[in-house]
Amino acid sequence: MKAISIKYTALILAGSLFFISCKKDSATVSATVYYQQQDQMGRPAINTVFIDAAAKDSFNVTIPTQQASKFGYKVTNTLTAFGYTMNALGQDKAVFSGLLSTDVLNVSTTTKTTFFDGTNVLTGRALNDDVIDVELLLIFGGSTGASNPQLTSDNVGSNDKAFNTSFPYLATPW
Amino acid sequence: MKTKKILLGAFAITAAVTGGLLFAADHIDSPNVTNQPNDITDLYVFRGENTANLVFVANTQGLLSPSATATKKFDENTVIEFNIDNNNDKVEDLVIQCKYDAASNSMVVYGPTVPSETGTRSKLEGAATASVIVTSYGSASPITATAASGIKVFAGPRDDPFFFDLTQYKKIIAGTATGFLPAGVSHDTFAGTNVMTVAVEVPKSLLGAAATLNVWVETKKKI
Repeated sequence: MKAISIKYTALILAGSLFFISCKKDSATVSATVYYQQQDQMGRPAINTVFIDAAAKDSFNVTIPTQQASKFGYKVTNTLTAFGYTMNALGQDKAVFSGLLSTDVLNVSTTTKTTFFDGTNVLTGRALNDDVIDVELLLIFGGSTGASNPQLTSDNVGSNDKAFNTSFPYLATPW
Repeated sequence: MKTKKILLGAFAITAAVTGGLLFAADHIDSPNVTNQPNDITDLYVFRGENTANLVFVANTQGLLSPSATATKKFDENTVIEFNIDNNNDKVEDLVIQCKYDAASNSMVVYGPTVPSETGTRSKLEGAATASVIVTSYGSASPITATAASGIKVFAGPRDDPFFFDLTQYKKIIAGTATGFLPAGVSHDTFAGTNVMTVAVEVPKSLLGAAATLNVWVETKKKI
């Protein structure tokens, strides 16, 4: 008798669950779920350095094909404020601001991947790349890289933990 | 939509009044997303241990202290999307999408695949191609998963790999210092802090034949 009533309860429960899940299905089956952009980045520090606070949010939701036309002048203005004329790659202000204002990371599929290692330029970004020194040098170092030596390196040359050689490569958290 | 626009404007005004010039990889870069699960701190793309693979790393929610890290979670309503342009027109030709599933405590990967639409709005594309249980804080070793396709995935807290003397840079910008500190005195502002990491390693054969890619990462929130 007891067993039967338990069975019966179980049946009712199963039935109601089925009913609930049916309702849920019919409500969601037709609606595609979309996701809207909030933040983006390509190269390190582009938005944070070159885009003023008031424009940061709109830069973060501007597709790369429109970034140069909408925000290129802000990059140029910042370079002007920094006294920029030419960098060690021989890029004048117009060329350099054109490169910077389309915020994508160039990645080689055939060579070593690094932000800059003395030979390869912008072929990716490895964990131990000193990207800040590369950017400081290109922004403040002038055409020889020797200008403003007090501004071209932050003298922090490596991470505070060693990276691993195997996936996922990043160090365990503190 | 109108409310959103007004809110955006309000945020922008607040930022203009209170915001100084910040400088970090992409940490704390904008008022709308700072300290939110959709705040990107860094993007890394590099060759894997197996050089036939490329590794895509997105870090989010930066400057986490050890005590704050333990309670951090990924957001079920946020997609972390790697965008890959393989013909240099700066429009994504492939996407790799990562979305957290709370019920299974897993990071689920979709792609690399051709997106059905490009730009600022996306939907999850096709069936999942890999998934991994999120590694918890304090776990001795990371949990990784490898799909039959060769795609590897990891998700969980990691040491922030970014290093920079941000404090001194802020002094330079504020006019209270004229240059960086010498080695030994300089200090990595990001030392001792963690981020929430998603790492996906993909065989290059799944990314097309281009010698050069343009890559960027986006966070997108459910609407």
